[in-house]
Amino acid sequence: MAYPKELLDSIKAKAQTLRRDVVISMGVGHAGHLGGSGSSADIVAALYFHKMNHDPKNPKKPDRDRFLLSKGHAAILQYSALAEAGYFPVEELKHTKEIGAMLQGHPDVRKTPGIEAGTGSLGQGLSIGLGMALGLKADKIPANVYVICGDGEIAEGQIWEAAMAAKVFKADNLVAIVDQNTLQAQGKVCDRFDTNPLPEKWKAFGWNVIEIDGHNIEEILTALDAADEVKGQPTVIIAHTIKGKGVSFAEGVVGFHNGTLTEETYQKALDELKA
Amino acid sequence: MGYVNQRTAFGETLVALGEKNNNIFVLDADLGGSTMGKLFELKYPERHLEMGIAEANMTSVAAGLAQTGKIPFVNTFAVFAAGRAYDQIRQTIAIGKLNVKVVGSSAGLSDFGDGATHQSVEDMAIMRAIPNMVVINPADANEMVEATKAIADYCGPVYLRVNRNDYDNVTPEGKPFKIGEPSVLKEGKDVVVFATGYPVSLALAAAEALKDEVSVKVVNVSTIKPLNDEKIIELAADCEAVVTAEEHNIVGGLGSAIAEALRKSRKPIEFVGVEDTFGCSAHNYTELLEHFGITKDHIVKAILSVK
Repeated sequence: MAYPKELLDSIKAKAQTLRRDVVISMGVGHAGHLGGSGSSADIVAALYFHKMNHDPKNPKKPDRDRFLLSKGHAAILQYSALAEAGYFPVEELKHTKEIGAMLQGHPDVRKTPGIEAGTGSLGQGLSIGLGMALGLKADKIPANVYVICGDGEIAEGQIWEAAMAAKVFKADNLVAIVDQNTLQAQGKVCDRFDTNPLPEKWKAFGWNVIEIDGHNIEEILTALDAADEVKGQPTVIIAHTIKGKGVSFAEGVVGFHNGTLTEETYQKALDELKA
Repeated sequence: MGYVNQRTAFGETLVALGEKNNNIFVLDADLGGSTMGKLFELKYPERHLEMGIAEANMTSVAAGLAQTGKIPFVNTFAVFAAGRAYDQIRQTIAIGKLNVKVVGSSAGLSDFGDGATHQSVEDMAIMRAIPNMVVINPADANEMVEATKAIADYCGPVYLRVNRNDYDNVTPEGKPFKIGEPSVLKEGKDVVVFATGYPVSLALAAAEALKDEVSVKVVNVSTIKPLNDEKIIELAADCEAVVTAEEHNIVGGLGSAIAEALRKSRKPIEFVGVEDTFGCSAHNYTELLEHFGITKDHIVKAILSVK
């Protein structure tokens, strides 16, 4: 399917804005998950600013598509998307993690509009998403549930419980996206605790598998649209990504899983992420 | 209807609730025949989800269902509900205050044959320590019916403890259940026994056995959390001493909760319960309770020791 260039360009620009917001919400001298935010930014931009049916003015509208960040530590990315979409003022991003702030270190369903469920204890988001998918099906609401997991995160056994269950329940309204940025907190996934091979595993668990370049907007949109066409089976999009994408000194650097910016690197990151 | 078994009372009440409210969903992890979730499955198969032997996933799926407006009841044995799925309950359900009912079946020592791995001596302590949780431990089958209805009406996370075995009712049939409301089953003025679950009936028997010597008040505390501290203080005010009785570790359960509530009272207090040890297999329930010192006679002894 061909997508208009203007659409692809606008999503790409949004993704850059989100990356910039992530840096702003981290600020100087406070640790933040720059790496995992950069890797998921294009996917999150494609979902919030094109693919998903949602309404920032009515965050609870029943027929909305749901988005869950199972790798909840990249919350600042989701907050940036919610802010840019209009769920709350972009200004709030600067108050992330302050005492009493609506933006917590991990997504909190009671504090932040647009957050669908608390995540961050890794491995649980896919199950929560499955529950939502089954609830929507029971109500005959034709909405999708999108869940982003990390490739390190899927070492959690519950992911595979959910994978089995989604196949059993033929949850074709559930789309898992594995952000395969190949790095986890302590090093390379393949060295520390190898979760590969991903396509074979998900296929064996009964999922429709699509592999894409997670920074190519056209591939992202094509995969998300293809998932809509699959019936009776859940879809997983394995997105090959670069951790810290968009900030040269953070790309592929383990230390920026949860890193800190100095005055100098903060400014450099913002300069690189100019629209 | 006169149930004598909490599991049956629970299972049939769920069916009745399901008839009136099609948002009620029931999830089981291959133990529906034991939790009595199977009764719901037979009647409403489309709203009963067999989640396989995967309690963690089951519990998080329930969180997702709650977020689409369903009222999920998650059934499994109490040890697995409060143990294996602890993190799922804490992280998503309790922090989010989601409308999920976690049902710990075969609780306490009631699964007498299966031994330590299947007997929950710490489930109430775990659930009680989680902010936002409501913890309910009904005294008998009659109360189970009403408690099940009450928690379905309450919007928020609840842990419900269910006994496996048959025994006679000590609470009236059809009395509406109020979350957080302890009930006086017998008045008395010397010693107050706060009891929960099956031991409520043992406390009443102990009070009867001592009727010529000690005036014993028996209070059924079926809501472990929120405990209603003010009410507990008021109920203890006219008595000299306090005894608690529970089918649970004395560490962290009802005894601890009552002691916390009465911390300023300076009244003597004694606990009857499991003495910080795991369970073990037995050929019957009575024999196991005797083994762990949860009997009428032990409550009698405790009353005499504090008065």
